[in-house]
Formats: sequence, C-alpha cells, structure tokens
Amino acid sequence: MDLQYIGLKEINGPLIFIDNVKDIGFEEVVEIRMNNGETRHGRVVEIQGDLAAVLVFEGTKGLSLNNTTVKFLGHPMEIGLSQEVMGRMFSGLGKPIDGLGPIYVDQFFDINGLPLNPVSRKYPRNYINTGISSIDGLTTLIRGQKLPIFSGAGLPHNELAVQIVRQAQIADKEGESFGVVFAAMGVKNDVADYFKRSFEEAGVLEKVVMFLNLSNDPIIERLITPRAALTTAEYLAYHHNMHILVVLTDMTSYCEALREFSSSKGEIPGRKGYPGYLYSELASLYERAGIVENATGSVTQIPILTMPNDDITHPIPDLTGYITEGQIVLDRDLHQKGVYPPVGVLPSLSRLMKDGIGEGYTREDHQGLMNQLYASYAKVMDARSLASVIGEDELSAVDKKYIQFGTLFEKHYLSQGYSRSRSIEETLNLGWELLSVLPKSELDRVDEEMLNTYFDQDKANKDFKISDRVKIQDVKQEAK
Amino acid sequence: MNEIHAINGPVVKIKGKTDFQILEMVFVGTKKLLGEVISISEQETVIQVYESTSGLRPGEPVINTGEPISLDLGPGLIRNIFDGIERPLQSIAERSGNYIVPGTDVKSLDEEKGWDVTFTCKIGDVLTSNQVFATIQETDLVLHKLMIPQGLNGEVVKMKKDGKYTIRDILIEIKDKLGNIHKLDMVQRWPIKTARPFLDRKTLSIPLISGQRVIDTLFPIAKGGTAAVPGGFGTGKTMMQHQFAKWCDADIIVYIGCGERGNEMTQTLEEFKDLIDPKSGKPLIDRTILIANTSNMPVAAREASIYTGITMAEYYRDMGYHVAIMADSTSRWAEALREISGRLEEMPAEEGFPAYLPSRLSQFYERAGYVENINHTEGSVSIIGAISPQGADFSEPVTQNTKRFVRCFWALDKELAYMRHYAAINWTQSYSEYISDLAKWYNKNVGVAFLQDRQRFVSILAEENKLMEIVKLIGKDVLPDDQKLLLEIARVIRVGYLQQNAFHKDDTYVPLPKQLKMMEIILYLYRGAQSILTQGKAFSLLAQTNIFEKIIKIKYDIPNDHLEMFDDYYKLVDDTLRSIK
Repeated sequence: MDLQYIGLKEINGPLIFIDNVKDIGFEEVVEIRMNNGETRHGRVVEIQGDLAAVLVFEGTKGLSLNNTTVKFLGHPMEIGLSQEVMGRMFSGLGKPIDGLGPIYVDQFFDINGLPLNPVSRKYPRNYINTGISSIDGLTTLIRGQKLPIFSGAGLPHNELAVQIVRQAQIADKEGESFGVVFAAMGVKNDVADYFKRSFEEAGVLEKVVMFLNLSNDPIIERLITPRAALTTAEYLAYHHNMHILVVLTDMTSYCEALREFSSSKGEIPGRKGYPGYLYSELASLYERAGIVENATGSVTQIPILTMPNDDITHPIPDLTGYITEGQIVLDRDLHQKGVYPPVGVLPSLSRLMKDGIGEGYTREDHQGLMNQLYASYAKVMDARSLASVIGEDELSAVDKKYIQFGTLFEKHYLSQGYSRSRSIEETLNLGWELLSVLPKSELDRVDEEMLNTYFDQDKANKDFKISDRVKIQDVKQEAK
Repeated sequence: MNEIHAINGPVVKIKGKTDFQILEMVFVGTKKLLGEVISISEQETVIQVYESTSGLRPGEPVINTGEPISLDLGPGLIRNIFDGIERPLQSIAERSGNYIVPGTDVKSLDEEKGWDVTFTCKIGDVLTSNQVFATIQETDLVLHKLMIPQGLNGEVVKMKKDGKYTIRDILIEIKDKLGNIHKLDMVQRWPIKTARPFLDRKTLSIPLISGQRVIDTLFPIAKGGTAAVPGGFGTGKTMMQHQFAKWCDADIIVYIGCGERGNEMTQTLEEFKDLIDPKSGKPLIDRTILIANTSNMPVAAREASIYTGITMAEYYRDMGYHVAIMADSTSRWAEALREISGRLEEMPAEEGFPAYLPSRLSQFYERAGYVENINHTEGSVSIIGAISPQGADFSEPVTQNTKRFVRCFWALDKELAYMRHYAAINWTQSYSEYISDLAKWYNKNVGVAFLQDRQRFVSILAEENKLMEIVKLIGKDVLPDDQKLLLEIARVIRVGYLQQNAFHKDDTYVPLPKQLKMMEIILYLYRGAQSILTQGKAFSLLAQTNIFEKIIKIKYDIPNDHLEMFDDYYKLVDDTLRSIK
C-alpha cells in the first residue's frame, strides 16, 4: 500500500519534518508533491520515533506546511542506467535535460554505492598518457587513480581538465572503450558550456555523460550529483568494461552545500563550520575510483577544487589530499608568468606513479629522472630566494646555473601550450636535456649508468643557445 | 523486545529502560548489523552501529548478546586480512562479491581448515592461565601456541593425540578446583577494549631495528616502545609505515589501515606476499596480520579497528613474541570519535574533538610495553602510530595529545618531501627518549663508537642548521673555509646517510654494522679534511676532488654483504687528501 502523508510539521532550510510516519527506512527516497502539480524529491536523513527529517534536493522554496503531499518510496536513492547514457546530458539528480526524452533503463543502482572490498581491488599500474609533460613526467596519472587538481579562482583548471580528456583519449590504444563522465557542481553556466563545446570540438561528445548542477540550480541537489555520476561511471566501467575518466568540478561547491545542509540540521560543526564527517563524506566519493577483479574497465577520477584564497591548508584541499592519491597543484605565479599549464611542481605528487613507470611502462630512467628534476627544481627555489636578498650577481656560479636551469625548465618543460601533446619519450628526453644544463656533479639522484647514457651537455648548450652566459666549464674555472 | 526508536547516521537509539550493559555487543535490525551500546539512561539507550544504517527502520529489533565486542583469537589470524571488526575480507568477497554488504555474517577464523596440533602437556598436568598446552605451525615463520584461557587453572583430565584438527574440535579437558570440567578448543574470546593482563612491565632496553638509518641511528625506538609519525599529506607517512612493517625485526606485524586508501591496502597485501624477509627467506606475509578499514567503510568500525589490532597483538605477545603495530592513521580514528561524539550531541572540546580524546589515546598507547607474561615468557608490543595533522599543523589536538603519550616523535617535513628527501624525517623537530635506555645495548652489540658517532652527527646537523640561517641571508661564498667544510659534511650526512632509497635493493634495508661503518667513513673524511684546512690549503681544492660525491654514493656502491669494501674507501680518502697540494 502506498501511504501518503498530507502536510508537514516544520520547514527549516532545505529540511522538512514530517510527523506520525510509520515504517520508513533511513536514507529512503521521498517524493514530495505540491498543490500546483510540481514534484520534488528528498531523502530521509534522521528518524526520531515517528518524526522524520527529510532533505529536499530541489530546495524548499514555495513549500508550505499545508500544500504538500509526501510519499515514501521504500528504497534508497536510485538511478536507472543503460549504455544509452553515453552522449546524454542529465540534471544533478540524473534526469535527462537535453530534450531527448528518458533513457531506456537496463538496471537500477543505489547511488550511494557500497564500500569496495580492498581484497577485490586490483592495484592500479597502467599509466595514462596525457601528453602533458608536467603530468606525464612528474606526476604520472595512473588508470584507476584519483588525482585532483588543486586550483584557485582565475586559474586555467578547466582548460587543463579538457586537455587531459582530449589527449588521453587520443593516446588510448583501445579508444573504443574510453568514456568520460562529467559532473558539474555549482559551476557557472558558461563554464558548463565551455566543457560541452570543448568535448564537441575534441570529437568525444558521444562518449561523454554529463551531469549538470549549475550555480543557479538548487544547492542541495549538489549532494547527489557526484554520486549519480560515479554510479554511472562504475556501471560503465564494471558492467561494460570501459575505461572511464570522471571529471568532478567543483568539489568546493559540493562541500559548501554539505556545510549548509549540516548547519540547517543543527549539527555540531568541526573546522570552519564544516561537519565533523567531511572526511568520511569525501572519502565515500573519492574511494569510488579504482579497478576491480573480474572486470577490465576502470574508474579514474580527476576532481577539480578551487582552494578558497589559494590556501592549501583549508579543510577541503587538506582532507582531499589525505584521501586522494596525490594532487596536481596549479600555481598563480607561474600563471602570471604566462606558463601554461601552470603546474606548481613541488607540491604536486602522484602516489601511484612509482609502480606505473619505469621499465615495461614508460622507460627505465623515469623514476631517477623525476627525482632529480624535483630535487634540482627545489634548489632553484633556494637560489631564487637567496637572489632576492643578495641580488643575482652575487650568487655563486653553481647557484647561477640553478637559476638558469629554473628559467629554462619553466619555459620549455612546464610551458607547453593548450594544443600541444608530447609523447612520453619527448618528455623524458626534454627532462634530461634540461638537467644537462647543470654541472654533472650536482646530479645526485640518478646513477652513473643513466648519466652516461642521457647526460649531454653540448646538445643542451646548443639547443638552449647557452653560449654567452656562464657555462659549466666556467663554473669549474671559477672553483679553481 | 527492544525496538529501534531513532536513527541518525551510525547512531541508533532505543526508547525507555533496557537491561543492556554499557559496551555490550548488540545486533541491530533484521539484517543483524553489529553494534555496541555506548550510553544508557532511563529514557534511552544509545547504540553505535559498525555497519551502514541505510534502509534501517524504526521498530526493527535490537538483540543483546551479553558480552562486550570480542574477538576470536586462534590460529588463522596470520596471513589474513580483516575489516575493523575481525571479519575476513576474503570470505566476504567470496560470499558477496566486490562490495561489502551490510550484515554479512561470516566466521572470523576458518573453521574447516585442519591444523597439525602437537601437544606439550600430558594427562595429570596442572596448567594455569595462559600456559601453553599445544603448538601449531601457523605459518613458516610463526609457531602458534595454544594457551589456557585467562582465569582458568586446573588439571588435564582428557586430551586428544597429536594430529590434524579444526579450530572447533575439543582438544583437551581441564578439571578446575571445584571439579568443573572445561572443554577447550583452539579459540579464545577476548573483549577488544580490555587489555590482556601480564605479570610485570620490564624496562625497555632492546631497540626495534628497522634498517632505516635515520631511525636506527638518530631516533631509535625500543621494543615495547611507542612512536608517533606525524606528517601532512604527501610527506611519506604510509611509505614509512610500510618500510617499518617490512624490515623491522619484530616477530609479528599487525598492520592497521584505519580510514586510509583502498588502493594502499591492496598494494600492502600484494607487496607483502611477494616480499621476502631478509632474515628468514620467507614471504613477509607469513608474519603479518592486516586490518583494513578504508576511509569509505563504516566509521564506527574504524574506531574499533585500532582496538582489534592491539588485542591481536597482545594475544601473540602472550605467546612470547615481539609484536609491532603500525596504525595508519590514528587521526582517522580520532576523527571517528569526533564524528560519533557529534552525532551524540556531546559538548565538543578543542576543534570539535570530544573531551575524552586524550584519555582514549593514552589508553591505546599504554597497551604497548615489554612485559613478563603470566606464563613467564617475555614479549613486547610496540606501537608506531601515524598522525595526519590537518594542514600539516602539529599544534592540532591529535598531534599534541599523542606527543604526551609517546616517547619517539618522527616529524615528517613537507620541505624535505618536496625535495624528494625520503625518509622525510626532520632531524631538528624529531626526538627519541629511548637513547639512554638503549645505550647499553648499542655499546655491547654494535660498538661504543656508534653512539659517539651519532652524537657527532647530531651536532654537525645542529651546527649546519645555525649556519644556514646566515647562508640564507648572505650566501655560502662569504663563509670561512672551515664552515664551508662543515656545510659540505652536513650535506654528505643528509644526502649520503639520512636520505634512504626504499626502491634500491641494498639501500632499502641497511644492517647496523654498515650504518656504523658509513658513519665512521664520513667522520674520517671530516677529520682528514679539517687537518688539510689547518695546513692552510683551500677548501675549494677539496671540493673539486669529487670525494664527497663518492662518499655519498657509498650507500649504493657497497652492498650490504661486502662491508670489506669500506677499506678501499679509507684508502681513497687518504689518497685524495694527500693529493691536495
């Protein structure tokens, strides 16, 4: 029997309270019908005896205590999926909004998913060739990884995400089984439009599933959007063996929606007003990346988050960094220098790369080369801060070499342009060439054998046109 | 009949008076979700549920069990991977596929597997608590000792012959003083939140050797000691825990992945199966118990996982083993406490953490120790707890409170990690209070020189730290030669000694004799170079010789089993210094 309840007890922010309810389950879906025929959806978030608190996804605007009828549907939030979702566009709740009508449903899935058993996971090892040097060379993206982009307002994170999607697709040998799930949470209309247009230009639109919750859409709907997107991604990856790249933007908006919901529920706030369970909540999203036994597909996540005030210690980037397997941090100074993509090398990291690079994956020198580039670039920073105190002219010859290396590294390695794709060999060779600018004795992270194979000072001097500036020989001269 | 009244996340309430005990284990709802009673009043009973409460309804039954949350302890723990409440993940996967379904009722230990039992007692023997009555070769590395349960004393009246039995077969029967017969199988039950008793705490005097130079040399931990590893994300906490779990000289490792990444646990599992223990030549998994409660698994079970791990550790300690626990990460555990406390609407203390956070932390760390067991064997439990401070800020409550209860503090440093200097342990912020306790052992087993050299290293690094303040302002070039030399030697120590490559076959684990020899040669070079400078020769000449680079590369160039090669390096240092005109 379908029990319906007329009227509400209380409305508070996005929550409604219904009295005298019987036999309802925790986290069950609720259908709310208004007098004017409009239907909204919600979810049971707390039960106290016969009083239920329901979170309304579309917001409570226009609801009154008398004009509504509430029906409990008896199951958790579900989304109906089939392979037809490819190329379609949905609202944040998973309803088609592209005017092409409803999809034929093959199976219904609980959007909350269940925790993946660690013994059923396969450890991710295959790297994704994104064609971007700073990512492939230094923070390699691995299939099944979750690697967020930490960005700030005004930085080109959207361009970078699009470039990754476009170039990864081209590089993918089994191009057939490649797909993108794109979830927008609280992004502006034109940003969503930018993604759509870019996917179209890249010719991947029929392989993209879009979930759009724009900045003027109901805020609470955002709590559902990433879950709907990830359920879709899991379905395509594990039921249809596709390699799915999930782009989630912007996680900051998601967390803010969560804070709003939490405070209207009257929960005790943790840091900066975010609920104490923000970590568990984010983990329930990010941990849905991976590869499972008995399926050949994979779910790779690229969440984008804008750090409020560029502060990496803010709770959102902080907790994200503890869950995700590394991070790509965009740097405002590099952006202002005109470097694209402005990947801040030092704070960026990919935790899974160590097992997905080297012999058999990329090239045997990759690990050593990466460590050396990081270490040398860290020294560039030291030299620069010293130069800002005593002036560049007063630096020792070696430090001057570092300054030069830093400039060349940013100009040639990091800076690459929106439409340029580099093969992994190109990226690795470029790295060696840049290192060859430095005195050989400064390279302490790579072994002798690799140095003999790849270190070539003359070529570096020629290619980077280093002739009139301090040469390595000069450094030695000066030392004597 | 007790019925659910209210549900809020993992917290479930029953209205009215019940006869539940505090911390009692209960089954919640028709799916029989595991839960624990956390507060009782005349008005309501509050239960935290260890599984997802999605779909749970008011009116569903709550069944009490009469005992606190307890573990089955017996053969089959080693090599296994459990969730936070001792459910084997492999069996769950076989039963319900790739996902963990709430209410999965599986046995903790394999009840079908046959074990070869060798009895060590005979009929008529009088056995007391924790005394061993039989042994089982659990894995190639671990001899499992079956013990009389705590609190039971009596005479063996009946026993089976040596042979193959399953864990539920009755092996012996004991008659106590009152004439009651107790039938014993291989399994003991023990409540996770109660420490297993022992006779006496011993002073800590033996180091837990890890083969990691920065730890063994600068900040050693004792067997039975406690250490905290705080560090922001990306500083290598997990890597550090892995290295320790792989190479430390404990008999048994309990690795608790508490609220961490799923892929990491998978990696640990895979890696430990393949990695060979250098001492025994057997796979490391043969001495390891894994507990995985990843960040997306239910939060209350995350709280339990720490206790589950330490209870298992104490059980093996009682057999006379040295056990080391890696808890990664205790911050997630503290956050689980905070989350549940918030749902209970308790008054929060600092940063929303409950006021009882310090007492919970101390209860956990105090379960470590080197003890004489009730059966007069000696064993130890050492705890290495990772901390993930918010925003890498060590002043936050979990780090600060943990600092009060641990005696080793290995602070991981973001700057070092950026430079890819691993292990990124900051040598100025870290400390170990065990040095003086362990001095005797080092002097006797490694050599008196070891701690003297260590002291030299510490002062060189401290001196470097001071000089760097100046260098940051005016550059290195203006320093006098002796200070330039000190900076160079400090660099050799940092890069050639403290920095260690976990992926290099020799460098990943370095035995103490090699550590000593490495320190000796570095200091030998320092002394030699100092005397060159006093002869009025310029440091720049020395810097050109490449000798510092050669010494730095010793860690790679001298294999662990060819320490005689150090002699060549002494000669090389002599020759190089002599060649300077």
